Amino acid sequence: MTLSLDSIKLTNAQIAWRAAQDIEDGAYVNLGIGFPEMVAKYQPAGREAIFHTENGVLGFGKAPAEGDEDWDLINAGKKAITLNPGASFFHHADSFAMVRGGHLDVAILGAFQIAQNGDLANWSTGGANSIPAVGGAMDLVQSAKRVAVVTDHVTKKGEPKLVDRCTMPLTGVGCVTRVYSSLAVVDIADGHFILREKLPAISFDDLQSVTGGELTVDGSVADLIVPEQ
Amino acid sequence: MDKTTASLAEAVSGIGDGATVMIAGFGGSGAPIELIHALIDKGPKGLTIINNNAGNGHVGIASLIEHGMVDKIICSFPRSSDPVAFNEAYLAGKLQLEVVPQGTLAERIRAAGAGIPAFYTATSYGTDLAKGKPVAEFDGKSYVQERWLKADFALVKGELGDTYGNLTYRMAARNFNPIMAMAADVTIAQVSRIVQPGDIEPENVITPGIFVDHVVEVAEPKQEEVLIREGASYP
Repeated sequence: MTLSLDSIKLTNAQIAWRAAQDIEDGAYVNLGIGFPEMVAKYQPAGREAIFHTENGVLGFGKAPAEGDEDWDLINAGKKAITLNPGASFFHHADSFAMVRGGHLDVAILGAFQIAQNGDLANWSTGGANSIPAVGGAMDLVQSAKRVAVVTDHVTKKGEPKLVDRCTMPLTGVGCVTRVYSSLAVVDIADGHFILREKLPAISFDDLQSVTGGELTVDGSVADLIVPEQ
Repeated sequence: MDKTTASLAEAVSGIGDGATVMIAGFGGSGAPIELIHALIDKGPKGLTIINNNAGNGHVGIASLIEHGMVDKIICSFPRSSDPVAFNEAYLAGKLQLEVVPQGTLAERIRAAGAGIPAFYTATSYGTDLAKGKPVAEFDGKSYVQERWLKADFALVKGELGDTYGNLTYRMAARNFNPIMAMAADVTIAQVSRIVQPGDIEPENVITPGIFVDHVVEVAEPKQEEVLIREGASYP
């Protein structure tokens, strides 16, 4: 392929913006540590989502100003947070009852690999000297009502992250239903990748060439158009 | 009844070699740093530590590891901003690691406190962390059997504690504290202020005193995050 993906792909902020457009008013949402946390910044006006963090807070808001941190008030990424009106605190077993009991509407996570059957690998590379660290990911992917991934479409080496079968250790089986990538929005249903939106600058064939499983089309494919962020 | 203890050293005096110790907190939030440091002063060896993480910087659990007191860590997420103590010991083969999904860790602890020896969860089904565990189908979905997780001791951190052991917590510092307090044979709480029975409104008690054995006052507890930013080490 002669096209340079780096010149056309969405930034992480733009991917986060796109993912935020699908969060409904009143949704209870958990965002993974790091890049997925950016989704909270792009809540559409007029909609109110309540954000959950594993360490026992519902309804947290923006980061405090530097110097105003209270280290008893942090999120799962151990970053200082503030509270929105109506926030609540609870212990860890209740926090994960919210997750495992199916009370969360949406979980958005990062990924190493996503397979066309919905399997997700995002917790361990499986390398010899890698230190495994799972956190709450396995709980979230098995039990949130909707599990979505935000990710670059390919790895830094240019290998597909959307694959026919995960080769890395799994976080969960058959759990992901939508992928917001740097090039496309792809749904997963019945063991297939279904292309919903793609950047206008990339052809279907070029997108398929950087995707590890077959992209199918069900109806029309919309242009993925995201404002500068 | 008076569960208060005059000193940190006295509070941890029963923790000996080979003990399994739950240490509450999530990162530094809710971590009973002064109790951990008192345990380092006492110096038992061969400990199994149960915590969400595996220490950060050179204080608290990281310092326990650096002092060679820990044989095994059971946690969900051993990474931190400065995980050098854990990484060095683990990669040198001196420290066993059992990684448990965070919700399973919390529920195993809660189950121990509630007298439930095992339970089934969807979490980890089909993954490496379910290997060797019984799987069963309920209403058409597959679940993994997990066992309770008990400890000899729990070190917890409260805000207020009365002489009966009733505890309150400050904001998100609650995290693992209430469930670990339930799951250990002996629960030792450090609190910012010891008060008299009745001073905590019954409606505001979060951990009832039945789960707590010893209460020691640490009036101005250190925050692990602040210590790490200062580059502190213990001792």
